[in-house]
Amino acid sequence: MLIITCPFCGPRDEAEFACGGEAHIARPLAENKISDAHFADYLFMRDNPKGLFLERWRHSAGCRRWFNVARDTVSHEIIEIYPMGSLPKKASPKAAYKASWRRDTAAEKAAVRSPNKAGGSK
Amino acid sequence: MAFRTNASSAQPMTRSNTAARIDRNKPIEFTFDGRSYTGFAGDTLASALLANDVHLVGRSFKYHRPRGILSAGSEEPNALIRLGKGAYAEPNLRATQIEIFDGLYAESQNRTPSLKFDIGAINSVLGRFFPAGFYYKTFMWPAAMWMSYEHVIRHAAGLGKAAEDHNDPDRYEKTHAHCDILVAGGGAAGLMAAMQAAQSGARVILADEQNEFGGWLLGEANISIGGVPALVWVSAMLTDLAALPNVTLLPRTTVFGYMDHNYLTLNERVTDHLPTRPAHLPRQRLWKVRAKQVIIAQGAHERPLVFAGNDLPGVMLAGAVRTYINRYGVCPGRRAIVVCNNDDAYRTALDLYNAGADVVITDLRNDAKGPLITAARNAGIEILRGHAIIAAYGNQRVARVEIAPVDDSVTAISGDILHRDCDLISMSGGLSPAVHLHSQARGKLQWDGAKLCFRPSATHEPSFNIGACNASFDLATALKEAIRAGTKAAAATNHQTIALTAPDVVSANQNWKPLAAWKIPNGHGAGRGPKAFVDFQNDVTASDVSLAAREGYQSVEHLKRYTTTGMGTDQGKTSNINALAILADALGNEIPEVGTTTFRMPYTPSSIGAIAGRDIGDLFDPVRLTRMDAWHRANGAKFEHVGQWMRAWYYPKGDETIHEAVNREVKAARTTAGLLDASTLGKIDIRGRDAAEFLNRLYTNAWSKLGVGKCRYGLMLKDDGMVMDDGVTTRLGENHFHMTTTTGGAAGVLDWMEEWLQTEWPDLEVYLTSVTEQWAVATLSGPNAGKILQDAGIDFDLSPAEFPFMSMKEGHIGGLPARIFRISFTGELSYEINVAARHGLALWTHLMTAGKPHGITPYGTEAMHVLRAEKGFIIVGQETDGSVTPHDLGMDWIVSKAKSDFIGKRALARETMAYDNRKQLVGLLCSEPSTVIPEGAHAVLDPDQPMPMEMLGQVTSSYFSPNCGRSIAMAMLKGGHARKGQTVFFPMLDGTVLKAEIVDPVFFDPKGERIDG
Repeated sequence: MLIITCPFCGPRDEAEFACGGEAHIARPLAENKISDAHFADYLFMRDNPKGLFLERWRHSAGCRRWFNVARDTVSHEIIEIYPMGSLPKKASPKAAYKASWRRDTAAEKAAVRSPNKAGGSK
Repeated sequence: MAFRTNASSAQPMTRSNTAARIDRNKPIEFTFDGRSYTGFAGDTLASALLANDVHLVGRSFKYHRPRGILSAGSEEPNALIRLGKGAYAEPNLRATQIEIFDGLYAESQNRTPSLKFDIGAINSVLGRFFPAGFYYKTFMWPAAMWMSYEHVIRHAAGLGKAAEDHNDPDRYEKTHAHCDILVAGGGAAGLMAAMQAAQSGARVILADEQNEFGGWLLGEANISIGGVPALVWVSAMLTDLAALPNVTLLPRTTVFGYMDHNYLTLNERVTDHLPTRPAHLPRQRLWKVRAKQVIIAQGAHERPLVFAGNDLPGVMLAGAVRTYINRYGVCPGRRAIVVCNNDDAYRTALDLYNAGADVVITDLRNDAKGPLITAARNAGIEILRGHAIIAAYGNQRVARVEIAPVDDSVTAISGDILHRDCDLISMSGGLSPAVHLHSQARGKLQWDGAKLCFRPSATHEPSFNIGACNASFDLATALKEAIRAGTKAAAATNHQTIALTAPDVVSANQNWKPLAAWKIPNGHGAGRGPKAFVDFQNDVTASDVSLAAREGYQSVEHLKRYTTTGMGTDQGKTSNINALAILADALGNEIPEVGTTTFRMPYTPSSIGAIAGRDIGDLFDPVRLTRMDAWHRANGAKFEHVGQWMRAWYYPKGDETIHEAVNREVKAARTTAGLLDASTLGKIDIRGRDAAEFLNRLYTNAWSKLGVGKCRYGLMLKDDGMVMDDGVTTRLGENHFHMTTTTGGAAGVLDWMEEWLQTEWPDLEVYLTSVTEQWAVATLSGPNAGKILQDAGIDFDLSPAEFPFMSMKEGHIGGLPARIFRISFTGELSYEINVAARHGLALWTHLMTAGKPHGITPYGTEAMHVLRAEKGFIIVGQETDGSVTPHDLGMDWIVSKAKSDFIGKRALARETMAYDNRKQLVGLLCSEPSTVIPEGAHAVLDPDQPMPMEMLGQVTSSYFSPNCGRSIAMAMLKGGHARKGQTVFFPMLDGTVLKAEIVDPVFFDPKGERIDG
């Protein structure tokens, strides 16, 4: 049972939160002519690493806000919590972001990013 | 062997005169297996039975061998008791932990018909035919017989018997607590650490599973701490701790789970020890504790020695014997053999001797020396060095032993066998630190080759291991460790403290390095001779372990599952190390290479009642009631659960069956008028500059041009193109919408919308508010609906020209402010009347009164389903299952081709979405108009094809339609759209086959001519 520090409410019990799965999956816009296979990368393919993982959490029984969490899936250590639409700042989460297989895929490129959501967020 | 005269006379034979922690002035009567016995306040059931010379307390799991009391604590594998009667009965409690009280009622387990004569014991005679993996090997073939075998095995399996009445009459509570430092275990080390930490002002919780703090000190004689007897020191510590406002003392509280981020679960047995449980107190309390630091002072478990006959009643752990003598004033035998590989058992020998028993020490070691050995020799106790008990015999209690000299490695008998009579064997195979909590929290272990035990190495959570659970068995060392841990833990929580001075300990020095002797030779070949048990609870013998290794079960986890060693209620607390040492030996491996099995919570069994707490019955899940609920109940409605909501299902009149009532309601809604409580529909208020744009992206159709006051039906997809929800959304203003969702989908849809707004489109300015509970909704439907509204006092023009279908007006009805939506889920003229929730009941009763002359009929959810099915309207979650697209539903008309994007758009363009053989929505007319095809029935094209048949799809909705005068059904069938006019078959479980024609799924008023009444 984790303690997660909601950026808006402070440290709270995991029971108050819902995990939203992998973070930084940019949504390709529909008019982009990417192949079904590339679209499937966005839609279905999710990473499940043993170790550092960037994921989205929602304080569902609290302020209901979404945010990103860099968590070690082995030790359950929470390394960094950072807002939606931003990238991690600490070294190891940054490296995990850069090392993601998803970076620079066709699906990723097909996502036109709005200025205030660097790196995509969904 | 010569007998000495027993000095005591007033006490029962087995009560010793030692100063014990029982109150001899408070006798307590209790019943065990139908016989009355007397014990004293302070006794456990085990000590009281031993005081009455009762050693046989149970039968073993597999062989039904007679079993006695092995230990004096929570590690007990044998003495499992069913406590209490009727609904209060609880199986598998450890007699060693049950505090006796007046009127206590206990039964032994696993015996038929009685403990002394048990027919299951035949398994013991046949024991050679029940080797490790017996069930796996025997019941393999023929495969078809498995069902029969299983029945027999299931009957024979299982320990104890649950209460006959499954409604637990007791009350349980939960407490959530935070603390700076949780100390698990209140023995010497735990008390010292708690005191040290508490000095700093940190909030400390100290929990111990026993009724008294003090741990092993409670069972020791001749130890002093700080210049006073150990228990005087304990008492002083407790007085001081209890006086501190920042300390919570929890006796009778087991820390049984240790999870991530220092989250621990504790089970406090609040009233289990009382003859009557006061009504104001729960039976047990589950503590959920979040600790900043944890100090684990769990202690250690003594290991049995593995020799033939070591499971007989009267064979006990040496430390337990000492505890019974010193703590409970019970000497469990008069002629004792102490067998050991270490110094510690000499304390037991001395205490036995002082309690008046005859004692012989059989020391596996040849070279033991030290103060304890000298003391035993000086007392005149016979010591057989380099000897082992190679077999114990007896009938329901140990009666004699064979002792033989053994070689230095205890692998072979090296001389003549001696025979001795005895009534007690006190054995000690060394100590195993209780590393359970440390390991549950994923701390690492290392093998200590000198002390022959696994001890904690690196911790995973912020925690400390101190004392015996850290293999610091020496008391003075443990106290110093406790002071260090207390200081560090306090500092880690920002509480500074000055280290206390460790109190002086006066106790005979002892060597804590036992001799490695995992399996005592018995003079027979492998697998021959009497059984030597490793795991008492699961009847696993040394030869079972060796056999499993020979058969290839080399991983300790496989060994556990194959032999069942380490399973059961004790989870191998006394057996695991012996088992894996014997496995290592069989494999020619070192013990650390074999490793341990995974430690999982709970440390000891915890009642499910405590875990459930008050979350049972009505409090299991919230129940949501509409504002009209009182009317429904007063008028005889039957209800159904829809998510957490209770919805009126139908309103039977007189003796009507559900079928008759629903037919009447459905008919009324199309001939006069029906009234439905639709308050449970999800309602979301949407505001903001980009509200319309947001809806454009959310729904498949276009929303920008929807006029103010107009309603539109929308279909919501997941991004994979599958239908997730539907509902009508109304534009209340330029930037203001009112969305309705399905009853069950309301929370999920709000989550969904918030997710997109926050994570994908933070640039959109949209505000969402759930208003489901704020509006009460009555849906008035049927040709007379308009007249009823007129009579009810509507303050605007209802003519279709002024108030057309799919529009909304605000006004008053009978003086109540209302939003009235002209939308229809029945195909009839229909008004969804929304009023402030507090007016819900008033609206309903007002409409019922006004509607009476017009034949108004309340209808429930069942009639609602039939009415919408007559019109072919889908219900998300009934026709759809997360794999259905709008096209599959024949709803292409609602999917915008013009919009550049909406959720699900790209997915709908995937190649697979265009496959002809996707399951598609169709209507069905059964060839027997009076027969309703069961929902879920599978369709086939040819009912005569061989099994397994090729399934075409399934019936999703199926009803008798009184308005059509026949049965109707909807189904999702492969390629269904192109199959209209074809016949499909439904083979039923009873062997009959139903036949149906595939039709368009609109059965009533296909042209929609009734919408304006």
